[in-house]
Amino acid sequence: MLKYTQRTEAVLLLEDGTLFKGFAIGKKGTTGGELCFNTGMTGYQEIYTDPSYFGQVVLNTTAHIGNYGTVAQEVESESIKIKGLVVKGFSDSYSRQTATESLQTYLEKANIVGISDIDTRQLVRHIRDKGAMNVVISSEFTDLPTLQAHLKTIPDMNGLELASLVSTTAPYFVGDEKALFKVAVMDYGVKSSILQNMATRGIYCKIFPAKTTFDEVAAWNPDGYFLSNGPGDPSTMQYAIASTKKMLESGKPLFGICLGHQVLALAAGLTTYKMHTGHRGLNHAVKNLRTGHCEITSQNHGFAVKGEDIANNSNVELTHLNLNDQTVEGIRLKNYKAFSVQYHPEAAPGPHDAQYLFDEFLELMQQ
Amino acid sequence: MPRNTAIKTVLIIGSGPIIIGQACEFDYSGSQASRSLREEGIEVILINSNPATIMTDSVTADHIYLLPLEKKSIVEILKKHQIDAVLPTMGGQTALNLAIECEKAGIWKKYNVQMIGVDTNAIRTTEDRELFRQKMIELGVGVCKGRTANSYLEGKEIAQEIGFPLVIRPSFTLGGTGGGFVNKPEQFDNALKHGLQCSPMHEVLVEQSIVGWKEFELELLRDKADNVVIICSIENFDPMGVHTGDSVTVAPAMTLPDTVYQKMRSLAIKMIRGIGNFTGGCNVQFAVNPATDDIVAVEINPRVSRSSALASKATGYPIAKIAAKLALGYTLDELKNPITKTTSACFEPTIDYVIVKVPRWNFDKFKGADTTLGLQMKSVGEAMGIGRSFQEALQKACQSLEIKRNGLGADGKELTNQAEILHSLEFPSGGRLFHIYDAFKLGIAFKTIQKLTKIDKWFLQQVEELVLIEKEMGKYQLDTLPKQLLLAAKQKGFSDRQIAHAMSCLESAVNKHRNDLGIRRVYKTVDTCAGEFEAKTAYYYSTFDGENESHPSDKKKVIILGSGPNRIGQGIEFDYSCVHGVLAAKECGYETIMINCNPETVSTDPDISDKLYFEPVFWEHLYDIIQHEKPIGVIVQLGGQTALKLAEKLHRYGVPIIGTNYESLDLAEDRGRFSDLLKSLSIPYPDYGVIEDAEQAVELGRKLGYPLLVRPSYVLGGQSMKIVINDQELEQHVVNILNEDPKNRVLLDHFLEGAIEAESDSICDGKDVYTIGIMEHIEPAGIHSGDSNALLPPFDLSENVINQIETYTKKIALALNTVGLLNIQFAVKNEKVYIIEANPRASRTVPFICKAYQEPYVNFATKVMLGEKKVADFTFNPVKNGYAIKVPVFSFNKFPNVNKELGPEMKSTGEAIYFIDDLQDDYFVKLYEERNLYLSR
Repeated sequence: MLKYTQRTEAVLLLEDGTLFKGFAIGKKGTTGGELCFNTGMTGYQEIYTDPSYFGQVVLNTTAHIGNYGTVAQEVESESIKIKGLVVKGFSDSYSRQTATESLQTYLEKANIVGISDIDTRQLVRHIRDKGAMNVVISSEFTDLPTLQAHLKTIPDMNGLELASLVSTTAPYFVGDEKALFKVAVMDYGVKSSILQNMATRGIYCKIFPAKTTFDEVAAWNPDGYFLSNGPGDPSTMQYAIASTKKMLESGKPLFGICLGHQVLALAAGLTTYKMHTGHRGLNHAVKNLRTGHCEITSQNHGFAVKGEDIANNSNVELTHLNLNDQTVEGIRLKNYKAFSVQYHPEAAPGPHDAQYLFDEFLELMQQ
Repeated sequence: MPRNTAIKTVLIIGSGPIIIGQACEFDYSGSQASRSLREEGIEVILINSNPATIMTDSVTADHIYLLPLEKKSIVEILKKHQIDAVLPTMGGQTALNLAIECEKAGIWKKYNVQMIGVDTNAIRTTEDRELFRQKMIELGVGVCKGRTANSYLEGKEIAQEIGFPLVIRPSFTLGGTGGGFVNKPEQFDNALKHGLQCSPMHEVLVEQSIVGWKEFELELLRDKADNVVIICSIENFDPMGVHTGDSVTVAPAMTLPDTVYQKMRSLAIKMIRGIGNFTGGCNVQFAVNPATDDIVAVEINPRVSRSSALASKATGYPIAKIAAKLALGYTLDELKNPITKTTSACFEPTIDYVIVKVPRWNFDKFKGADTTLGLQMKSVGEAMGIGRSFQEALQKACQSLEIKRNGLGADGKELTNQAEILHSLEFPSGGRLFHIYDAFKLGIAFKTIQKLTKIDKWFLQQVEELVLIEKEMGKYQLDTLPKQLLLAAKQKGFSDRQIAHAMSCLESAVNKHRNDLGIRRVYKTVDTCAGEFEAKTAYYYSTFDGENESHPSDKKKVIILGSGPNRIGQGIEFDYSCVHGVLAAKECGYETIMINCNPETVSTDPDISDKLYFEPVFWEHLYDIIQHEKPIGVIVQLGGQTALKLAEKLHRYGVPIIGTNYESLDLAEDRGRFSDLLKSLSIPYPDYGVIEDAEQAVELGRKLGYPLLVRPSYVLGGQSMKIVINDQELEQHVVNILNEDPKNRVLLDHFLEGAIEAESDSICDGKDVYTIGIMEHIEPAGIHSGDSNALLPPFDLSENVINQIETYTKKIALALNTVGLLNIQFAVKNEKVYIIEANPRASRTVPFICKAYQEPYVNFATKVMLGEKKVADFTFNPVKNGYAIKVPVFSFNKFPNVNKELGPEMKSTGEAIYFIDDLQDDYFVKLYEERNLYLSR
């Protein structure tokens, strides 16, 4: 049976009025959010379930999506977190023998609306030049006024606090209770592979809701603190910045990833800003300035730490640098046992080059 | 870490003559490396015995040595030059082997030469199957069960241990020579004996067979600081069991989830770090068990390869260029991505399109060859298609092959015999891809096709869908065809011709219809980064999508047509001419636009032309580019018969042809009219006639007198040419030819027995003619010019004969109104010169003469074609010392059962140049004495 004959048309409208016509994928309906593109050629399921993408419409630049289906365990959280999906070629059938269901079924079950067969490259080049913007996708409405009205309901990502929305509502544990070290994980939208990376290194994690007070967390008496990745504008997270300062004062090791890195930077007196289009992909080269070694990293962020601020702050050391645009990729606090990276050492999806950072965190606790 | 400034001169070793398994990809890597080193102010000395290469050209290196790739030659060079370092990783296995030989002999040490980009211990580990296995086990990398055997008995013992099916891999052989699968015990003895014989050290690996597992390759780059990046992942459409050089391959990997891919990536990095210390390119091959996602390492090659050339063209990331810089001591983070020019070279390219490579075989040249594909590479070339989908890329690659197909399917040439199809699915030969299409079309069950081919379901579904589209189109007439269906067909790569076939209408009608509907090609950039950063390199492919990124300039511009995939009779020498054509047109101030689809070539290096369209050299694609770019004309003389054949249509569509016009090109091809022309010029030619059936053939044959040369009227590289000596042979061959192509006509020439063959190449501007060289064949007439040894200049032709050759060359060049190059083949008998044929284009011998005489004749000819210069504007100063011998090189060892007899059909895959001072030279004397023996290799 030929797919194209039975396919539903769909449209995508950008904030600046640019319109694309394609076909509906996933659930039929309407959705919207900030459009961001990910240049990775693998790992769609991990991307879609990554809580850092909460509220965003993801565009995969790779030519084919869906080829290898989905597998229940290759997820970064219990559900799909993206708001919508934009792809070029969509396969509703798959070949992987160990897969459990097709991407189409997987998206449909999660009520995710998407669009395929549009010129995704044109769209990428468009937002590369014009900057990140909101977008609406619909397979229900094609008339401009309705689409525009929907667009207006989508909030601006700048100044948006989202971490507490994806955070766990009750604490839970990962790892071996008898492990040597206990780490308190502040869940701003933590990816499960971060927890797995700690658990396999003999760390017992207790995952706390984002807004848990420092006293409550400290009462568990952890050996170290971890600030997780997550969505939204870090500068809105006063609650997290305040408790991070107290964690630092406790003198215990602290490690932050992505949003957690930005929170640590803010707690250390640095500032953050919204990037033009952000970094999202599996191929970003980062130089470790302490070793001189380069690593290929998995990235997903639309905000970043201001580089100039580090030069003016004698307590912060720049440890990792992006080789493409010289943005801040990692810092270390000179007067505390605290460090953080903007990228994702846990990968999933992406290269495993930077997993040594979990070892370094462990070493800090062993000291 | 800046580069090692102690290195001021570098020797690059080339790969020698083209053979199966080692082709022009090493001209591409060598040329890139040389240019890359010269950018750093390094003096480059180059050795290669292959004259048809760009790397051995003065535009590429500072000092060039066209010498045999032997220790003696290296010593000769080292005596003349103070060389600081040798880079042996750019010339394939040949260069590596020579470098290791020199190392063993202490030559590098004696002359204080550092080897760069290589670790000889690592090479040993990778080439010795047992060392490789041990190393992998030590690194914790999965490998197949198996062991090496140094004797027949040992081999039998191992087989008993691991059971069948198993695989035999001889150590230290090129392109899998001598290897094979053994499914049953009774096949084992012969396979083992053969394997042991093929290995120079009498050693084979007997290993568990993983036929049917998914096969992948990763292309890596590593620097001195041990930074490693993966440039490209390549997935083989054909699973384990078919040599990767004979497999349809796809990039990026299509069916790998991130979990498995990252595991593979980490293993590859572990392997490159584990086998030794070297910088530069490296290729790692893996197999994945489709049922469990388990990975085993198959092999690792610590050098640039055919796959790295493919990966460079697939991603835009120039692996050899960067590898050369890394060999000098740069680290990746110190270099810029040459495509974006702003971002770092330390990154992993990501692409938003798909490339498919399809191999090109030439089994027709090797009658009696075992055409089954296996561990040993048998293809002679390859074509790459780029598209926004796998299907589009696949169709484009098939359109590029020039095997008289218009793409995959929908051309009425399907195989419909069920038994034959089923056999082909299970025992892959060159046509399997097409037969998969045919199988779906015939209605063979998906499960059966998958069971027999073991090809991943996703790939098979893609092919199946193409069949469904073809069938669906067949339900309509062009005017009732839904636009959505037509657009889908175009987006999935169907050519207008294929659609026309499905709709039973004319190609031109489809073309007009789709253009009227606004279904037109746009051009997208190959930019290494999926659009994330702006690209500065004009490297494009076409697709049917929204935005066009190739904006034509208003400069005067010219299109140079490439020669497509390599095949016997048309290979690297045409790439050489195309590159020179581009450079010459640039010198004259033209914007140059290159169109070609062969990923191994220098002409498809985006650094060469102002704009590169990596597209099939196929009418539809060409015409769309012409309409988009509006060039002043198209150069068809440099891309061999492939480009020349398109002249007719260009002419018909009113597109100017640069240089010799279409009427003359056609006149030279049309035997009848051409002979009339010769007659009017009083130039002798062998008696001939044209026939359409066997009846006429015998009648005419008797009239002309035996022996006769029999051939179809349009041929390439002497295809289907044969010398017959009686009625029976004549009839047989004529029936064969007409059976293959019933519309063709057959030419019968009286064969001048015992004649000597010679050929001339000349440049003509319509008024003046300059003969750039005359070559005399050593073997008597009857052997294809490509297969014969030949001397430049002639060694025993009388002045009288040479005068005739020169006079005829001039007369014919002028009579054909040649503007550009002309090659003429002669037969000389009893002091009388006969014309065999005239080719109004760059020939196989032009690069040879350029190298021997050290003058850029293609450059001159291109300027003449463009009307920028006249022949009289050039001062010709050929360097004429002694003689240059053109030595044909064969790849018969890949086809053990093939008749090695030479004849009018070309069989050599490459050539070497050998200089001698005088005719007393031992090499020449031997060649000359044995000239009559050469009928059989």
